[in-house]
Amino acid sequence: MIDFELSDQTRNARKMTHMVAEQMMRPISRHCDENEHEKPWDFINAMWNVSKSTSMTGSSNDGKSKEAKEEKKAEGRTLAMVMAVEELCWGDVGLYLSIPNPGLGGAAVAAAGTPEQKERFLARFKGDKPTWGAMAITEPSAGSDSAAIQATARREGDHWVLNGTKIFCTSGLMAAEKSEGFVVVWASLDRSAGRGGIRAFVVDAGTPGMYVTKVEEKLGIRASDTATIVLEDCKVPLDNILGSAEIPKEKSSQGFKGVMATFDATRPIVAASALGVARAALDFTRDTLKEHGIEVRYGAPPQTLTVLERDFMEMEAQVQAARLLTWRAAWMIDQGIKNNLEASMCKAKAGLVVTWVTQKAVELLGPLGYSREHLVEKWMRDAKISDIYEGTQQINQLIIARRILGYSSEALR
Amino acid sequence: MVNFSPSEEQELLRQTLASFSRDVLRPHLRESDEKNFVPAEIPPKAWELGLVQESLPESVGGFGGTRSALSGVLAIEELAYGGLGLGLHVLAPRLVTVPLLAVGTEEQKTQWLPKFAGTEFVAGTAAITEPRWDFDAANPATRAEHAGGDWVLNGIKCYVPLAQDAAVILVYAATPEGLGAFLVEPGAKGVTIGEREKMMGVKALDTYRVILDGVRVPASARLGGDGADLVPLLDAMRVASAAAAVGVGRAAYDYSREYAKERKAFGQAIAQKQAIAFMLSNMAIEIDAMRLLAWEAAWRLDKGLPATREACLARRYAADQVLKIADNALQVLGGHGYIRDHLVELFLRDARAFAIVDGLAIV
Repeated sequence: MIDFELSDQTRNARKMTHMVAEQMMRPISRHCDENEHEKPWDFINAMWNVSKSTSMTGSSNDGKSKEAKEEKKAEGRTLAMVMAVEELCWGDVGLYLSIPNPGLGGAAVAAAGTPEQKERFLARFKGDKPTWGAMAITEPSAGSDSAAIQATARREGDHWVLNGTKIFCTSGLMAAEKSEGFVVVWASLDRSAGRGGIRAFVVDAGTPGMYVTKVEEKLGIRASDTATIVLEDCKVPLDNILGSAEIPKEKSSQGFKGVMATFDATRPIVAASALGVARAALDFTRDTLKEHGIEVRYGAPPQTLTVLERDFMEMEAQVQAARLLTWRAAWMIDQGIKNNLEASMCKAKAGLVVTWVTQKAVELLGPLGYSREHLVEKWMRDAKISDIYEGTQQINQLIIARRILGYSSEALR
Repeated sequence: MVNFSPSEEQELLRQTLASFSRDVLRPHLRESDEKNFVPAEIPPKAWELGLVQESLPESVGGFGGTRSALSGVLAIEELAYGGLGLGLHVLAPRLVTVPLLAVGTEEQKTQWLPKFAGTEFVAGTAAITEPRWDFDAANPATRAEHAGGDWVLNGIKCYVPLAQDAAVILVYAATPEGLGAFLVEPGAKGVTIGEREKMMGVKALDTYRVILDGVRVPASARLGGDGADLVPLLDAMRVASAAAAVGVGRAAYDYSREYAKERKAFGQAIAQKQAIAFMLSNMAIEIDAMRLLAWEAAWRLDKGLPATREACLARRYAADQVLKIADNALQVLGGHGYIRDHLVELFLRDARAFAIVDGLAIV
């Protein structure tokens, strides 16, 4: 039965999360933007304590779907998370990204790890000190085309030896050096096997041979560190590989596809983070207009609307459209329905919408929008990354196009 | 609890109408546009589906179901997919029955609903739109004035579907106390049904100008008696418009997608070119986005929640997107899209209506 009513549980959780965003994130939002490499430890420690008791901090997927079945009266956990992430990113998306949690690395472990691996790698997130997990896929010459990665893994006795350079690794500094976390590194066992040879390896923080060589300076999301990680003969235990080490004889990309499936779960989360930023801009614009006595007349004849009203209504409709697409993709995960198409749809839509809506907010607010005294210009800078990471706009369009046309990646390149 | 899947009953309705749309409406779509008519066999076939009678109480001869805006949205999308004008024609009686069900007095229901619960299609309609650039549905220029115990109506309405054959026309007019609606018989003194409107699209649908010149109706003809809140009805029309746009958008998208997979250029299907494939992927995203906005607004109506904001946003969004989708669909076909052998030029003309014409359907 089609329904848009949130359960009381979700509504209350949303309210609480909103308070965190308003009281803990907004007050330090500007400071963290202007002091890029300074870590907001008070916030981090506070969030660590919160996240140990609840699951609201967007710690992706710890592989427990049991809860979802038990909570018959409430939204499933992905949908609940999507709503929590929107609230947190309404507060500040950079700070949201810097919250200590298993992150994308944890998502990969949850998706592809054995029960033993899950226990070994994820238990640390219940400890006393803030801990981060990170994922290292992108390389200087391999972004969207992750099958083209050049990092290698070779077996040497009872170890894997990793070599390569990884860039744009979110929370890489915290995961690799500043906590007892881990980095999930994608590397090829056999470059001649193409995608089929690519595997993910869990590298514990502080493992000799893994170095953070650079922390990027960015347009936005400055509270979050984005690291370059170099692996030089970095030795990791044999059982740190996620999935089977065997490379199928016939050319197959099954293993690769398994890891790519992680994105079906993470794209709605990223879309939700974009929604949070978009809503921040929308709320600020609405409040400012209201202060000046301008209220949008929804039912008025279209021909009599002001440009401002039309723009604002368009912004609102775009954000709500992206939100409903995101909820649907998350709901499908909770229902156990394959959502590859819908996950890409919501990510593509939300990435574009947040980029446009925040740019429009800067425009509508004029000098207020462009001024660093307010956060609107920051949100516009923060927004852009949503259309890039976790699959660019174009990559998601490509995935959607292949699905709707029934084309393989060979038929539509 | 948030849920995106239609109920079994809704799914059955959707599937039934999808087949009807494909097998009965679509084969007549081109001809109905070229000849400006609805083939005679369509209304009786649609009547058998019970689109109008379904939500009428058993006491008046209906099927005893409850009116659901959500089910209405699902139905309209499917019918508009087959052919917008054809779908609007068969749904037109609901422009009378739905408002009667929502806010009609017992007397009004007893008088009018049995007429729409018989074995044959009976036309009914509503007169909403006016030929004015600043037409405002909530405050129309058509006036209803007190005259003794009666009402006197004056004004000009346009795009009134099926007005020529309608058993009754629900005329929306401003009263001194706010928006009202009046059940007016087309033969009443002072009512003139003008010539059939000549529209750019939605050509299958009979629409007329209706002139009201001192039309006197009794107090009992005012919908809801002493008056009723008609805002939810205006919202229900906006949502219907959004849902119909989804249907037309999906029709254009499906047509161009199938063409793009067949049409070869430079040794491969043009759908294999990103320039074409990305037009199609954007259409797919927007169709789902439009649909979800319409669903949400309809859900609010069913819940009795204020829905003006959501209905207006859904309608505006759908009107914008369907035009882009139809335009891109035509572009995918290139020169062939411009030729009337293909349906995309028809979809584009139909799509243009959504931002302009309102009140052609209700959920």
